[in-house]
Amino acid sequence: MGGFVSRGFRRRRRPEQAGEATRLPPGQYTEPGFPVLTAGPTPRVDLADWRLKVEGLVKTPREWTWEEVHALPGSTFDGDIHCVTRWSKLGTSFAGVSVDTLLEAAEPLPEASHVVAFCYGGYTTNLPLEDVRGGKAWVVWDHEGRPLPPEHGGPARLLVPHLYFWKSAKWLNGLRLLDHDIPGFWESLGYHNRGDPWREERYWGD
Amino acid sequence: MGRLSWRLAEVAEIRPETERVVTLVLEVPDWDGHLPGQHVDVRLTAEDGYQAERAYSIGSAPAGARVELTVERLDDGEVSPYLAGELRQGDRLELRGPVGGYFVWEPGRGGPLLLVAGGSGVVPLMAMLRQRAATGSKVPARLLYSSRTLEDVIYRQELERLAAAGDGLTVAHALTRAQPPGWAGYARRIDAVMLEEVGWRPGERPLTYVCGPTRLVEAVAGHLVALGHDPARVKTERFGPTGVP
Repeated sequence: MGGFVSRGFRRRRRPEQAGEATRLPPGQYTEPGFPVLTAGPTPRVDLADWRLKVEGLVKTPREWTWEEVHALPGSTFDGDIHCVTRWSKLGTSFAGVSVDTLLEAAEPLPEASHVVAFCYGGYTTNLPLEDVRGGKAWVVWDHEGRPLPPEHGGPARLLVPHLYFWKSAKWLNGLRLLDHDIPGFWESLGYHNRGDPWREERYWGD
Repeated sequence: MGRLSWRLAEVAEIRPETERVVTLVLEVPDWDGHLPGQHVDVRLTAEDGYQAERAYSIGSAPAGARVELTVERLDDGEVSPYLAGELRQGDRLELRGPVGGYFVWEPGRGGPLLLVAGGSGVVPLMAMLRQRAATGSKVPARLLYSSRTLEDVIYRQELERLAAAGDGLTVAHALTRAQPPGWAGYARRIDAVMLEEVGWRPGERPLTYVCGPTRLVEAVAGHLVALGHDPARVKTERFGPTGVP
């Protein structure tokens, strides 16, 4: 639908500052806050009962308590996140553990090709295994130096910042490795299976 | 389901709802219909090519090629001041949708139904109530709706009419900032006591939809779970600084 102009519409937001524009994927705008978007009540998970699991097609299924996961080598992310509802938050930070560290402990089997992240409260999201390996994904419990609040996915959430933020599953309980792809919650409800913001993969067929 | 392509809609009518809220009645060629609770993406394009996209909930029940969006003007916003200020009848508007398959209700999904709204969060819930009325559904339904003042209540007269129909719908208002003289409704933010008084007992297994600002949605959903409601039957949609609608 090229060429259409909305009569009387002009940009009202301040222009992006130097360096910001190239960091914004198509159709996104910068948001200084951290909006909350979820489909149901925020689960409350007692840290004493909290577990992080890596299971499925792995040599050694693993399970960590809150204390055990904090004893793993830590890892941080400094960068940008992009929500499918069009806000991007530039220059934010999270701390936790690299998914690589968890996978090293569990040892994926050669046939493992996909991951389902499963969560307290029942949410799921699916990813190719390649999208959570090689320094691209974390399990995080701190945001900008403070414990991750429950409405943002605390105690811990998945962080996959190179994909739309619904892939960064809140209230993470574990990762299940599979030899095939199974669409997760939003992926079954019209949202794109992979969700690359730079290709603007918002909905089915995008 | 194929690709959601952009369509050019025409503004057939603009209806003022409150001082800050208007309803855009859109004529959308080849519209395939929608489910109550779904939203659309709206895209604005400036002369210089600059584009801005936002999501807005559909307020109307499915009805042919007509789609109604109810939009609150946010003064520091970019898209809503245009939609609820600049746009005129006969103008055209790019949109695609419908989007969203979770925060939806149709009479066939049963009930009883509890709808909890804050401000313009009533819009997708209104689509559900309009569809319920349009189909003659008798699913028991209760709406608890929080607004700042009586003048801020969106769809006030239509809600009165729907509640007066005697078909199993009750509407309760909470006015948080100011109340008219003799106000018989609630005069505070929605809390657990209110949800117990207006809502259903957990044993009645209601289907609950909550839509509004994040703080309201967080509080209401938390209260409902604490009261013993099944979290899987509580669906939420939030708008904060951004989001839907």
